[in-house]
Amino acid sequence: MGEPLLEVRDLHVTFHTEDGVVRAVNGVSFDVSEGETLGIVGESGSGKSVTMMSVMRLILDPNAQFTGEVIYKGRDLMKLSKRTIREVRGAEIAMIFQDPMTSLNPVYRVGWQIAEQIRAHEQVSAHAARVRAIELLASVGIPNPEQRVDDYPHQFSGGMRQRVMIALALSCSPSLLIADEPTTALDVTIQAQILRLIKKLREEFGSAIVLITHDMGVVADVADRVAVMYAGRLVEQGTKHEIFNDPQHPYTWGLLGSIARLDGPRPRRLATIPGTPPSLLSLPDGCAFAQRCACRFERCFTELPPLLSRDTLLSRDPMPNGHLDACHLTSAEKRAHRAASLAKERT
Amino acid sequence: MTVLLRASNVQKYFPVGRQMLGRASGGRSSGPRVRAVDDVSIEVRTGETLGLVGESGCGKSTLGRCLVRLHTLTSGSVSFEGHDISGLSRRELRPLRREMQMVFQDPYASLNPRKRVGTIIAGPLRIHRQGNRTQVRDRVAELLELVGLSPEHVNRYPHEFSGGQRQRIGVARALALRPKLIIADEPVSALDVSIRAQVINLFDDLQDELGLTYIFIAHDLGVVRHVSDRIAVMYLGKIVEIAPAEDLLARPVHPYTEALLSAVPVPDPELSARREQIVLEGDVPSPVEPPAGCRFAPRCRYATEICAAEEPPLVPHRGPGHLAACHHPLGPPQMTTA
Amino acid sequence: MTGFILRRTLWTVLVMFVITLLVFVIFFKTPGIDPARSLAGRNPSPQVLAEIRHQFGLDRPFPVQYLVMMKKLFVTRDLVSYSNQGQQVFPEIVAAAPATLSLVFGAAVIWVVAAIGMGVAAAVLRGTIFDPLLMIIALIGISMPVFWLGEVANLITQSKLHGTPLFSWVPPLGYTPLTQNPVLWFEGLIIPWITLSVLYIGLYARVLRASLIEIGNEDYVRTARAKGLTEQRVLIRHTLRTSMITFVSLFGLDFGVLVGGGALLAEVVFGIHGVGYLTYQSLSNLDLPVIMATVVYGAFFIVLANTLIDVAYAWLDPQVRIS
Repeated sequence: MGEPLLEVRDLHVTFHTEDGVVRAVNGVSFDVSEGETLGIVGESGSGKSVTMMSVMRLILDPNAQFTGEVIYKGRDLMKLSKRTIREVRGAEIAMIFQDPMTSLNPVYRVGWQIAEQIRAHEQVSAHAARVRAIELLASVGIPNPEQRVDDYPHQFSGGMRQRVMIALALSCSPSLLIADEPTTALDVTIQAQILRLIKKLREEFGSAIVLITHDMGVVADVADRVAVMYAGRLVEQGTKHEIFNDPQHPYTWGLLGSIARLDGPRPRRLATIPGTPPSLLSLPDGCAFAQRCACRFERCFTELPPLLSRDTLLSRDPMPNGHLDACHLTSAEKRAHRAASLAKERT
Repeated sequence: MTVLLRASNVQKYFPVGRQMLGRASGGRSSGPRVRAVDDVSIEVRTGETLGLVGESGCGKSTLGRCLVRLHTLTSGSVSFEGHDISGLSRRELRPLRREMQMVFQDPYASLNPRKRVGTIIAGPLRIHRQGNRTQVRDRVAELLELVGLSPEHVNRYPHEFSGGQRQRIGVARALALRPKLIIADEPVSALDVSIRAQVINLFDDLQDELGLTYIFIAHDLGVVRHVSDRIAVMYLGKIVEIAPAEDLLARPVHPYTEALLSAVPVPDPELSARREQIVLEGDVPSPVEPPAGCRFAPRCRYATEICAAEEPPLVPHRGPGHLAACHHPLGPPQMTTA
Repeated sequence: MTGFILRRTLWTVLVMFVITLLVFVIFFKTPGIDPARSLAGRNPSPQVLAEIRHQFGLDRPFPVQYLVMMKKLFVTRDLVSYSNQGQQVFPEIVAAAPATLSLVFGAAVIWVVAAIGMGVAAAVLRGTIFDPLLMIIALIGISMPVFWLGEVANLITQSKLHGTPLFSWVPPLGYTPLTQNPVLWFEGLIIPWITLSVLYIGLYARVLRASLIEIGNEDYVRTARAKGLTEQRVLIRHTLRTSMITFVSLFGLDFGVLVGGGALLAEVVFGIHGVGYLTYQSLSNLDLPVIMATVVYGAFFIVLANTLIDVAYAWLDPQVRIS
C-alpha cells in the first residue's frame, strides 16, 4: 500500500452532559493508506461513528471536546479553520450515512443536491454540474438517469437512494470515502448490490474507504484491514486475514463466535459474551472488556493494556503497524484460551 | 407430529390510498391493493420452530399477525389445534390469546415506558384474571428469573434497562400465560451482535424447558437458520420454498433462495473471495399489483416464457418435506443451470 | 398539482356549506329564541316583526328558510340591519374590509420579517446568552394582550408623549384610506401594526427557533454539512427551507383568522373601522344580521386560508403532492 493518507493519533472525544462526562473515544490511533479499505467494527457505543464524524469535524455539539491529531495529507484537520475544513469536506473526504431515507433533503431534486456539492467546490456552471450529476447517477447504476436526475428522493427506493448518496459522495472524486453503516438499513439482496457497487467504484475512483459496520460478513467481503473497537478504544487491528484467521483479542473471539453463520455446521448454542458493554460515563480503569472477559486476571482491572503487536513486548516504533491488539495475555495464553473456547463451541 | 396451527389459502390485502368513509374492510373494494399475503398455506407442528424469512414487503410480518388473528383475513382460514379461528369475534378469540403470544421487534417501543416492568409482565395475567395479587407477584418473579433477569428489578422502568434486557422483558411478558405458541417478529434485529446471541440462546433454552412452539420471523438468514427446524422463504406475499433448515441451506431449490443465501455476507475472507456471488438486479418490487405469473421472474436469472405466464404451484421437490414454487427448480448444487 | 387543487377547492365548497348550515341552525333554530325578534333588534314594532317573518320566510319550512337566508347572504346580498335603520349589511362589510386588510397585511409583513430574524438569531446563537434572552423577549410579546398593549401605546403616543417630537406625528385614532392620503394612512397604521404584530412575532419566533433546532439535527442537514457547504448555506437552503413548511402553515391560518375579523381588539382600541370593529359593534347592539354576515365572512376567509395553505404546503413539500 502507499503512503498513509490519514493518520489518526491518540484521538479523544468527550461529551460533557448533565449526567457526567461521556468518554466516547479514548485514545484511538490508526492509519489509512491510499486506496485501501479499512473496516471499523464495533457495536453500539464502541465509538466508531463518533471517531469518523470527528475526523470530518461534523460533531458540532458545544459540549464536545477533542484532543489528538487527525493528519490528512500532511495537515492536522483538528487545527484547520472552519473555512478550510469546509474545503476538505466533500472534495477530499466524503461521507455516506446509514439511513438513505433521511439522509437526503426531501424538498430538493436529487440532481440539484448533487450539483450543489459540485458547485460548492468547483467553478462550474449549473448546466455542467447537472451533466455531471447525470453521469454520476449512471455510474452508480441508476436506470434512466436523464429523467431520474429531476426526481425527488422519496421517488426512489431505499437501495436507489443509497446509490444516489454514493453518487453524491463521489461527485468531487474524494481521496477518502467514509461509509457509516451504509447497508445496515437495506435488504440483504440490495446490500449485496451496494457492496458490489462500492467495490467497483473503488476501482474506478481509487478512493480509500473507511467502512464502519457491525457486520463481520461485510468486513470480510470488502475490507483490506480491520480495526475492532470496544468502549471507545481500539482493541485489535490487522489485515482481514489476520483478524479472521488469527484473532488475538478475547472480544474479537467473542464477536466472531457469536455470529449465527450460514457457512459451516450449526453450533449447539451460540457462543455469547456475557453481560453488556460498560457505560461510557464510568469507564473502569484498566481494560474496559475485563468485566465480561473469560480470560481476565488481576492486571486487567488495574492497567490499561496498550495496543501492541503480539510479538513485541516493548514497542520501538510509537505507532507500529501490523497485527496489533490490546490485551495483557501473552501470545501463548491467547492461543490456549482461543482453542478452548472454540472447542466449547463445537460441543 | 401434531399440527398446532394450520393456515389454508390465507390472503390479506390492504387497500391503498384514500378511503372514503368506512371502507375499512379487508380490501374487498375495488382499486389497487397491497397484496401483503397472497394465498399462503402452511402448517406449524407442535414443538417445532418454523422460520419465516424474506425481505421487506414479502409479507412475513403480516402473515405472522394473520396467524394469531391480529389481522382479520381477507380470505382463507387459520385453525389452531383443529379449531377454525378465522371467523371468530374478538370476544371469542380472547381465551385463545392465552395460547398464542407475540414478541416484537423493537425493544424500545414494545414496552410501555410509563409502566414498571412488573406491571408490564403482570399485564396479561391481570387481563385474563389469572390468580390473585400474591400469585401474580410470584409468577412475575418466576418469569423474570426464567428469562435471566433478577426479580429485584420488578419495580424498575423500561428505560433503565438495555436493549437486550428489554427484549427479555418482552419475552417474559409473552410467557406469562404459558402459551403453546410464540410468534417472534424480528426479536433480535434491533440488538447488538453480541446481545443477539444471548437472546437467541434464551429462546432455545425456553423452548427446551417449556415445550414451546415458535414461529420465528426474521430477515437475517443466519439467525433463522440457527433457531429453525424448518424454514419458509417468502417473496411478495407468497411462500416460494419451505424445507428443513439444513436442507434449505445445502440444497436450495428456488432461485430466490439461492440468491438470498448467496447475498448474505459470510464472515470468512477466503470463502468470501472464492465464492461466486449471485447479485440480483433491480429492486424488491412493490406488493401492490405484483407481476403476473411467477413473481420472482422479473429478477430471476433462469426465467423463461412460462415463468411470466403461469404461476408455479408450491409442490414437493426432492422429497415430501421440501416444497418449492418454481418452473425451473435448481438441481444439485454442483450444476449451474443456464 | 391541478388535481390536488381541484380536490381542495371542492372540499372548500363542502366545508362552507356545512358552516353556513351551522350558522343558520345556531341563529335561527336555537330553542327558545324567536329569530324574528333577534333580527328585528330592539323594541320592534309588530309591523316590523311581521315584515321580517315574511321577508325571511320564517313561516315556511326549514330548508326554505335556509335557502332564503343563503340567497340574502350570497346572491342578492340585500341583507338588512333592522336595528340600524335598515342599513344594508353587505356594503357595510365591503366598506370596512380595506381597513382590516391594511391593518393585517402591514402587521403580517412586520411580524414575518421580525419573527424570522429573531428565530434564526436565537437558533444560531444557541449556547450563548442571546438565545434565552431573545426567547424571553418573545415570551413577553406573547403575554401582552393586544388591547392592553394598544391602550398603553395610545396612552403614550396620543396623550402623554404626544407633544414630544417622538410622537407628535401620530394622528388621532382612526383609519385613513390609502387612496385618500398615503402618508396619513401609513402614520395612522404604524403603531397599530407594531402592536398587533408583537404577539405574533413572539409566537412565530419561538416556533421557528424550535423548528430550526429540531431540523438542524436531521440527517439531511448533516449530509449538507458533510458536503462542505458553508454554515450560512446549510442554514438557509436546508434548515430554514424545511422549517418554513410549518411556519407557512401556521401563518396562513393566523392570517386568515385575522382577515376574517380576528383583529377585532386591535381595531377597537385604535378606532380602525374594519370588519372586526363592525363585528364588535354589532355584538354590542345585538344586531343579528350583521353578526351573521360577519361570521360567515370570517368563516369564508379562514376556509380559504386553509385551502391556500394546503396548496402552498404541497408546493413546499414535494412528498405531499403524490398523495
